Amino acid sequence: MTSSSASPAWATLNSSVGACFPGERAVFRGHDLHRDLSHSDWMDVFVFGITGRRHTPQQIRLLHAIWVNTSYPDARLWNNRVAALAGSSRSSANLALSAALATSEAAIYGRQIDLAVADFLVRTEREQAQGTPLADLVRQELHHNRSIGGYGRPVARSAADERNAVVIGIAKQLGLANGKYLQLAHAVEEVLRHGRWRMRMNYGAIAAALALDLGLSPQEYYVYMFNAFLAGMPPCYLEALEKPARSTFTTPCTALSYHGPAKRGWNPPADR
Amino acid sequence: MSTPSPQFHSRIWLEEATPDDPFTAERCYCGGYDVYGEIIKHASYIEYLFLLFHGERPDQASHRALEILALALANPGPRSPAVHAAMSAGVGGSPAAAALMAALATGAGAAGGSREIFRCMEAWQAHPQTLSPWLTARKDSNEHEHPARREVWPDTGYCPGFVPDSHHCPLPVRQTLALLSTCLPGQRLAWLQAHRGLVEEEVGSPLGMTGVAAAALLDLGFSPSQGEMLTLLLGLPGAAAHALEQQEQGIRRFPFFGINLLADPEAPPRKQTTS
Repeated sequence: MTSSSASPAWATLNSSVGACFPGERAVFRGHDLHRDLSHSDWMDVFVFGITGRRHTPQQIRLLHAIWVNTSYPDARLWNNRVAALAGSSRSSANLALSAALATSEAAIYGRQIDLAVADFLVRTEREQAQGTPLADLVRQELHHNRSIGGYGRPVARSAADERNAVVIGIAKQLGLANGKYLQLAHAVEEVLRHGRWRMRMNYGAIAAALALDLGLSPQEYYVYMFNAFLAGMPPCYLEALEKPARSTFTTPCTALSYHGPAKRGWNPPADR
Repeated sequence: MSTPSPQFHSRIWLEEATPDDPFTAERCYCGGYDVYGEIIKHASYIEYLFLLFHGERPDQASHRALEILALALANPGPRSPAVHAAMSAGVGGSPAAAALMAALATGAGAAGGSREIFRCMEAWQAHPQTLSPWLTARKDSNEHEHPARREVWPDTGYCPGFVPDSHHCPLPVRQTLALLSTCLPGQRLAWLQAHRGLVEEEVGSPLGMTGVAAAALLDLGFSPSQGEMLTLLLGLPGAAAHALEQQEQGIRRFPFFGINLLADPEAPPRKQTTS
């Protein structure tokens, strides 16, 4: 039993986010969890934990919708495939889903895109407000960073994203589709579609813009999106469990196409 | 709907199936070498590791240098964040993989972890054997003409490869650098061994193990991505052993820190959290 008053400085955590007092109570960002937050929507508590701010029921519904409409239980998708392979190998559900979520922090989709596009929209809005034409800003971004996350798609570069209209429709119903970042996201798409790039806006840009318009920072948005793909993952894991062990995505030896050095003997040693 | 047969493409691995079962490999080749026919008889683990990443066997100097690096990185000790994280998983009886995942997630960081080594290697790759990579790496990203695509790795505010808020280069770092530089003379390690004081003065912080590892990995011919991955791998043995040790000892012998809660809805004074 160690109290902070009797401990050296390094042995005490200074925290403003919370603590548990076993047998008594738990504090969550300055609130008593069981007194003040016990009936809250989980998303409300989750986003409060990230931002330190409370959100309206309409905003919480939109944040739910952003997750719901990107929940794809397709085990061929790279991150979901991790969950399915773990199920096929009879690994535990937590390990399977944790690894699949970690995998979702990808460079060509998912979390790396989320942070990059949110940051791009904030920078671009600021610079446009200072008078730089949007077309110039888009061209500069492509020149320096070669792509703009949230535009184009790894598997369907020029196709319309099936999620966009749905989530924008929900945002309109909730009265949350009039923000400056959503307008900017559309304007960037116009530049990209009519330029030589032929790229369309994907869900990454729409979701980021809607969240920025709710007041989330790029960092807050990126953390909020941590489990955006989660709902699609348990079905992939569980379906693999329902099949015989090691039978999901099994591949024959001929599925390996080898392009390396020809067969060679190990001896003699390299230079000894 | 028919789809073409999926194919993995690899320069590393070839398998030949048994005659009666296309899903069972009879022979496996790594970089052209028969793994179970020859490698396991004649190669060391370090040689095989080098072959996997490089596609070729190491020469004697590289073999020894990678072995030294693997030994140096194998266990940063229980106070290191990665091992602490693994022990935190181990002590609660989490799955073995969770302990290693905890070590990997923590050891991956940009402050003291494998992303720091990646950044250090990237900086030095462009400017070998000069002071400029350290000066470049020290610059804040805001100084760039156009902001780079924002990364998920948070800024550290210090130069990769060095230890902020420290006064002296620790003996283990100096010992590792000295030994490695004798194996691979004439490259970055040797330059760093000769100019460590000058670089530390310029940067304002002592050299860290990450800086030594970055120099060694570049001298061994690894890319920053390979260096990052190898660093993660090489740090796992200590994390695994300490996780098992704490699991065996149990939660009552594992430290539980005190807390000073700065935003408490109930007015102090009151009893603080106890374990």
